[in-house]
Amino acid sequence: MEAKTLVLGVIGSDVHAVGNKILEISLKEAGFTVVNLGVLVSQKEFVEAAVETNADAIMVSSLYGHGEIDVRGLREALIEAGIGDILMYIGGYLVVGSQEWSEVESKFKQLGFDRVYPPSTLPEDFIPGLKDDLGM
Amino acid sequence: MKDVTFLVDIGSTFTKVTAVDVEKRRIQSQSSAPTTPKDVSAGLQNALEGLKLTRGELQSAQVLACSSAAGGLRMVAIGLVEDLTAKAAKQAALGAGARVLKTFSFQLTEEDRAEITQLKPDIILLAGGTDGGNTENILHNAKVLASLPTAVPVVIAGNRSVAQEVAQSFPASFSTYIAANVMPQIGKLQVEPAREAIRKVFMEKIIYAKGLTKASRLIDSIFMPTPAAVLRAGQLLSQGTAITKGWGDCLIVDVGGATTDVHSLGEGMPTKAGVVVRGLPEPFAKRTVEGDLGVRVSVLSLMEAVSARVLAQDTNWSESQVEDRIRLLNAQPETLPQDAEEELFDQVLGHQAVKLGVGRHVGRLSELYTPSGLVWIQDGKDLSKVKRIIGTGGVLINSRDPLAVLEGAQQESTSLLELRPESPNYFLDGDYILAAMGLLAQEQPEVALTVLQNSLREYELTRRDK
Ligand code: B12
Repeated sequence: MEAKTLVLGVIGSDVHAVGNKILEISLKEAGFTVVNLGVLVSQKEFVEAAVETNADAIMVSSLYGHGEIDVRGLREALIEAGIGDILMYIGGYLVVGSQEWSEVESKFKQLGFDRVYPPSTLPEDFIPGLKDDLGM
Repeated sequence: MKDVTFLVDIGSTFTKVTAVDVEKRRIQSQSSAPTTPKDVSAGLQNALEGLKLTRGELQSAQVLACSSAAGGLRMVAIGLVEDLTAKAAKQAALGAGARVLKTFSFQLTEEDRAEITQLKPDIILLAGGTDGGNTENILHNAKVLASLPTAVPVVIAGNRSVAQEVAQSFPASFSTYIAANVMPQIGKLQVEPAREAIRKVFMEKIIYAKGLTKASRLIDSIFMPTPAAVLRAGQLLSQGTAITKGWGDCLIVDVGGATTDVHSLGEGMPTKAGVVVRGLPEPFAKRTVEGDLGVRVSVLSLMEAVSARVLAQDTNWSESQVEDRIRLLNAQPETLPQDAEEELFDQVLGHQAVKLGVGRHVGRLSELYTPSGLVWIQDGKDLSKVKRIIGTGGVLINSRDPLAVLEGAQQESTSLLELRPESPNYFLDGDYILAAMGLLAQEQPEVALTVLQNSLREYELTRRDK
């Protein structure tokens, strides 16, 4: 079967690079075609890269605490670009202050993410589910 | 080895010939004659006769040529996303020496098809999708193009997975050429194969369509669009040969009546610490053409871009005087300056065209505030450390003060976010040989480099009072 293509990046003005590199390496090892946009990635770059590469999923990271603002409108932009039903995950450090995880999760789901992952999620924690979601 | 090589540049008004003595590595003689549009071989013959050579010398010499006659190489570039494959396709076409009439992105519509029909391009460059990426768009666009009323050669440089299928979408009357993807993956630009394919089509097809066939009997080989030859010369000058070191990063500026062309040779990586590069990578040899910046045909749009007020300040004229002169230059493009004031006026126009043209060519910095402080984002090439700027083209070469015109390229306190050369040295293509040496570079790079460097050194531009 053809390898599935994932677009990866850390959104907004966020420079936390380590987790992004680890994700790239482990997703490649798991057999995905990885388009890593790195850090400081704008919504526009996510959308355009997904369009050109005909990506199967977008993996957004946000660590620095402003993720909620940065991702607003991303799902809508994807709809505009004609790929509105693409699978989209987010992870990193989405909890700000003393929020409940379930609260955070439902907030990001409302923002258009199919799955939301808490801090220190390891690759092996979500890759099997990702393969499932992509019908692999 | 033949001792003399003739390098021919068939321009829209003049056909110029440069004879190079290959042994002595110098220009032997130069001559020019008006271009004869219907059959350019007559003009070429006249120019060759101007060299005052014996029949034997003429016959034994090798002749290489480039041409910008008959409107140059007119192209349409098509990609998927405007900032990605469409931009890459445009860059590939410009680098091949084309005039890019228009760049299209996403799915072509019926209106787009009508517009392309109107534009009558010589070649269409069709890209879209990274390798293994989107296939739908380029297949759709191929179908739309396949129904153009007249066949056009199409260079296909998109998603490799469907290149064959795209080619097969066209009826037999279309010639199609497959080249490697201009953007095989996000963040990777690969324009050389498409440029080569375009040159091949130009040689195989376009020179026939443009009445250059008869002249091609006088010419041995290598026929390329003149701007492509200029870019090659820049590449040679910058990178040198296996034996001789080049000059390093350079900028070449050509101000014309209709356009301002800027070529840069250099990687353009950040030269300052703490800068993050964004956007599509840039080709080492990059060419941009500003269709609204010219000193005659495009002088109205130049004034619009600069403002009459600034032109009035720089010339010490009133704004209405400026506007009158601009209208005259636009209506009668062959107007030449008659006195010192009018000369200064032309010089100011040239300076402003260079300033804007280079400003659009170079990369720029923008500030990004993050929770941990300020980050600098670089879009495009950092050319701040470029040490040599070369001026070419009739306007600069005939200017009384080409340095004043070219200095528009330089960094100023008001343009700090534009990554322009900070302290360059200026040179003039005073022998008008850049295109010629770009041609010669294909066969005799060592000779071409020596001739070019010697000629440019002769025309280094410096301020006497400095
Ligand atoms: C190193 C670090 C930095 C370095 C980053 C260096 C670099 N270029 O990478 C520097 C010093 C620059 C930095 C700066 C800041 N940091 Co910091 N930083 C950290 C630190 C200590 C480690 C991050 C890291 O590399 N982790 C290791 C990697 C492997 O883990 P990861 O990134 O979480 O990724 C894993 C998982 O989360 C998951 N994952 C990640 N993304 C995704 C996406 C999907 C879809 C999925 C499924 C999984 C997934 O997979 C990865 C591999 O397992 C964390 C604290 C911590 N221990 O986490 C704070 C931390 C992230 N930083 C924080 C803050 C606040 C900042 C600053 C705002 C501080 C400031 N005021 O200056 C700035 C912001 C700078 C900016 N513009 O981005 C906070 C964020 C708090 C919040 N979100 O509410 C943290 C949590 C520290 C804290 N406890 O306060 N930081």
